[in-house]
Amino acid sequence: MKVLVPIKRVIDANIKVRVKADNSGVELNNVKMAMNPFCEIAVEEAIRMREAGSADEVIVVAVGPSQSQETLRTGLAMGADRAILIETDPIPEPLAIAKLLKAVAEKEDPGMIILGKQAIDGDNNQTGQMLAGLLNWSIGSFVSKLSVEGSTVKVTREVDGGLENIDLAAPAVITVDLRLNEPRYASLPNIMKAKKKPLDTHTPEELGIDVSPRLEVLQVLEPPGRTAGVRVNSADELVEKLRNEAKVI
Amino acid sequence: MSILVIGEHDNAALRPSTLNVVTAAKALGSDIDVLIAGSDCQGAADEAATIAGITRVLKADDAALSDGLAENMAPLVQSLAENYSHVLAPATTYGKNLLPRAAAILDVQQISDISGIESEDTFVRPIYAGNAMATVRSNDALKLITVRTTSFEAAEFGGAAPVEDVSGGTNAQLSTFAGEELTRSERPELTTADIIVSGGRGMQSSENFAMLETLADKLGAAVGASRAAVDAGYVPNDYQVGQTGKVVAPDVYIAVGISGAIQHLAGMKDSKIIVAINKDEEAPIFQVADYGWVTDLFEAIPQLEASLGADAS
Ligand SMILES: Cc1cc2nc3c(=O)[nH]c(=O)nc-3n(C[C@H](O)[C@H](O)[C@H](O)COP(=O)(O)OP(=O)(O)OC[C@H]3O[C@@H](n4cnc5c(N)ncnc54)[C@H](O)[C@@H]3O)c2cc1C
Repeated sequence: MKVLVPIKRVIDANIKVRVKADNSGVELNNVKMAMNPFCEIAVEEAIRMREAGSADEVIVVAVGPSQSQETLRTGLAMGADRAILIETDPIPEPLAIAKLLKAVAEKEDPGMIILGKQAIDGDNNQTGQMLAGLLNWSIGSFVSKLSVEGSTVKVTREVDGGLENIDLAAPAVITVDLRLNEPRYASLPNIMKAKKKPLDTHTPEELGIDVSPRLEVLQVLEPPGRTAGVRVNSADELVEKLRNEAKVI
Repeated sequence: MSILVIGEHDNAALRPSTLNVVTAAKALGSDIDVLIAGSDCQGAADEAATIAGITRVLKADDAALSDGLAENMAPLVQSLAENYSHVLAPATTYGKNLLPRAAAILDVQQISDISGIESEDTFVRPIYAGNAMATVRSNDALKLITVRTTSFEAAEFGGAAPVEDVSGGTNAQLSTFAGEELTRSERPELTTADIIVSGGRGMQSSENFAMLETLADKLGAAVGASRAAVDAGYVPNDYQVGQTGKVVAPDVYIAVGISGAIQHLAGMKDSKIIVAINKDEEAPIFQVADYGWVTDLFEAIPQLEASLGADAS
């Protein structure tokens, strides 16, 4: 079975983002970029499936500007077999990404598509669910455990009340949560090897997909800030302040 | 404007998230229907009917809808959507799982996790773990929206709306519910609690976490946790507060042994009062705390309990 893993290039999770002075967005110039952390977990899971024999090819796919090639190379260095870039700038909205991925899926015919549950830039949490809807495939979202048993994919999902188990008919779309696995680091030899792995580039036009946005970003502002309050030095002082000053207990 | 609110429930009763979404709907218009889709869901439908200010409850009662599977639910939402200008769901795991699928088959670009409503087509939403707030206008004719529940008050009860049956449960035969492990607790629910006591990696073990639970019970509080505490197995996943866990906004959030990473702050910085208990005075949590106590938590927690007990209000 082929496994398709869509991945996204985002601002590194450890960077504190800054809103641009003209309020048109956040500063992306000279900011460290990296693979979205949830996508790393998705790549890791697909590679483990191949290592365990339940998958035979892992294909990473990115939708975005040409620099997304770096992100794809990272996926290849982790162990993916080949990469596909759908080159388009800026990165489209989730619905358009899902349509592009559907077109790729129809060409590649994977048995499973594994994605991150959300990207830490837009925090939309949509693409996987949309892709499953467009393909009319089963969906396992926010997955923290995954196993393939014949034509059934068994997943455990992290939900607000705890955990939920669902059996999915293959082919399935899976979106991964943090606790599914701990992604590996690419070794230097694997980074070198990744440079020679195949990376094909397509465009939305070639795939016949309209990626024009439906949403207009009118402005992006700093959130209302909080300032540090006072220090307390004893339990009595804290309880007194919570009771009589803040009046919250 | 006519608005469909997708009600979250467990068939027998409504989940509180539905009430926050109804309040968001009221900012858009006054013609509000609440969909209760489930199996043997009369109880939830009857409860929804008593929400003040709604027009109707639509009850879709079908075995295929019993577990809220998105594959079976999305076509129902699709078939109802044409009657509405807006379809709203809570930005809970339930709504996040379902609504994007419905949006895709309706060819709508969903707007996720809104925290504010500027007009019928313009919304405010946090991006980058809440480090920026985007104002976005939708050019889709139909709007599908998930609502950040902590940003809208709960709607009141006291209404008596009619309950109408709608059909539309079909089993897509794509997935099957195979059981759940829900965390049972007598404590208040995290997302609606007035007081939250939350522990991080500093707690060191699940045994130590029990200390926080005792403190929480004294305060009538819910218990939350950082990702590090959940990853380490001290507490179940549903305790996680943050960018990728639950978003909470209680009257007071007491963070114990939590450093205050941006991803954690994303889930709690709208709390009215934040208390930080941490032995590292440089911990970033102190930058957002109204009351900071630099101390060892293992000494602080018993002292806090004693102080609460000594002059119980
Ligand atoms: C994509 C992504 C998503 C994430 N989502 C979330 C999320 O939703 N929620 C979340 O919480 N995190 C999330 N994280 C993780 C986040 O970055 C931090 O790693 C995590 O919040 C740290 O948890 P912590 O504060 O408990 O642990 P640490 O950062 O290790 O802090 C422990 C604190 O305890 C203090 N301490 C230790 N012992 C004591 C003692 N005896 N007395 C007093 N204080 C003590 C220390 O001084 C320290 O400040 C995410 C990360 C990524 C990359």
